[in-house]
Amino acid sequence: MSVDIATVKRVARLARIAVSEEEANRMTGELNGILGFVEQLSEVNVEGVEPMTSVTPMEMRKREDVVNDGNKADDIVANAPASDRNFFQVPKVVE
Amino acid sequence: MTDLTRLTIAEAREKLSAKEIKAVELTDAYLSAIEAANPAINAYVAVTPDRAREMAKASDGRIAAGKAGSLEGIPLGIKDLFATEGVHTQAASHILDGFKPRYESTVTQNLWNDGAVMLGKLNMDEFAMGSSNETSYYGAVKNPWRARGSNADLVPGGSSGGSAAAVAAFLCAGATATDTGGSIRQPAAFTGTVGIKPTYGRCSRWGVVAFASSLDQAGPIARDVRDAAILLKSMASVDAKDTTSVDLPVPDYEASLGQSLKGMRIGIPREYRVDGMPEEIEALWQQGIAWLKDAGADVIDISLPHTKYALPAYYIVAPAEASSNLARYDGVRYGLRVDGKDIVDMYEKTRAAGFGAEFKRRIMIGTYVLSAGYYDAYYLQAQKVRTLIKRDFELAFNAGVDAILTPATPSSAFGIADEDLASDPVKMYLNDIFTVTVNMAGLPGLSVPAGLDHKGLPLGLQLIGKPFEEETLFKTAHVIEKAAGRFSPTRWW
Repeated sequence: MSVDIATVKRVARLARIAVSEEEANRMTGELNGILGFVEQLSEVNVEGVEPMTSVTPMEMRKREDVVNDGNKADDIVANAPASDRNFFQVPKVVE
Repeated sequence: MTDLTRLTIAEAREKLSAKEIKAVELTDAYLSAIEAANPAINAYVAVTPDRAREMAKASDGRIAAGKAGSLEGIPLGIKDLFATEGVHTQAASHILDGFKPRYESTVTQNLWNDGAVMLGKLNMDEFAMGSSNETSYYGAVKNPWRARGSNADLVPGGSSGGSAAAVAAFLCAGATATDTGGSIRQPAAFTGTVGIKPTYGRCSRWGVVAFASSLDQAGPIARDVRDAAILLKSMASVDAKDTTSVDLPVPDYEASLGQSLKGMRIGIPREYRVDGMPEEIEALWQQGIAWLKDAGADVIDISLPHTKYALPAYYIVAPAEASSNLARYDGVRYGLRVDGKDIVDMYEKTRAAGFGAEFKRRIMIGTYVLSAGYYDAYYLQAQKVRTLIKRDFELAFNAGVDAILTPATPSSAFGIADEDLASDPVKMYLNDIFTVTVNMAGLPGLSVPAGLDHKGLPLGLQLIGKPFEEETLFKTAHVIEKAAGRFSPTRWW
């Protein structure tokens, strides 16, 4: 499988990365190089093989369903580029 | 006075507890060394001298009071991927500009609880994506090693290139690092240091900036096997904040050093003999086999038939997980923001400005392989192949193999800005060909220096073990280290 420049632009949009025409062009070649490299996986017979979901055979621990953390609004917004009274500020999204 | 930075952790520990030296002196020696060398090596992206002196002073107090921890007064460098409270934590990316977490990673907290001293944050490939430390927003790290008779700068490997270079250049006693596809073991091999990626789940991932969550694991880079054992003992723990961390007691790894290899079975996988591998790598491997035989181990040929598929499968699984993990860098909660005409424009401009080229490539691959219509062909297929890779190892271990010996890398360190590698991303990826299988299977892997190549550059051997049998790796690596000797670069900086 290979990608064309239109696909690259669509994927960039999905990934929320602005790309120029020139970047999209360059990426098309690079992505096709990588996709060409991973293509060899299709020759592996995986009939009856389960996809890996956990690399170590272990049961996921669960914690008590209780509140054990919180009241850290100041900490949470401390690194925000823009905040106001413990809210994150973003450009207007609703008219 | 002898240069205190030359002491290993074990040696410094002894001198500190005998009160021959003070923790403050030891820390000052490192701070001076960093000041002198960092402009050339670029291993540190942030140095924290005030905090270091404060921590060292507290260590001296605890030593005097007879309350010293296992790493009391030992000055360490911390990879920029670990969250350190109030201190530069940017994964060497532009997008995390100015980020100072309000919390501490579990691994670093464990080290501070044992008395270690933080010297600063270490350079790395951006978000741990790279094999040369050239993708850092803060510029490339230079390898303290140079080829004999040459002034050309070499890469220290990556992504933990700052960690490996700082340890090799005596700019910290030891360092934290992380490994997703070889990011501890490859730079360790390139710098003549010891690095171990423990079993997945041995160290908590909490507070470590995520790259590919099913593969990421923290571990130490150190000057010798004993120091690596000392550091891992402190870093490893079960942690309620990481449900994939494992609730098993952490052994005293140091106690395994010096144990006999008699009757141990070492597997030599034939698939690791790849086309175009330099003859001296093969010779090094044979030398390693001979050392282990001399120590009483049985060496047997084994087959890991899916080895060649590990790297392509990795380049689907890792970018897919990264594209999801790194969606959080959106210019809203932390780091860089580039304003746009609306919120989507802001996201797109922020991410375009904040991420480097290699990073964008991987995000694009990850987004593509997870996108509608391609998931089964790529991601699902790769996860099935991953099951087969893991099964290869299980079959070998079930047949009685205790550990596996391979080369750590297919070459010694290469040049900075190597044009051949820059023009072809896949060629750069091939650096991880011997290490990536271990992450795919979640196993522990250790890289130990085993010799120098014809250019006088270090080469490493890799040992792969059963899950949670890091002790086997330490005792085996110790035998190789004793036979091979230790290697230090000639100072040029």
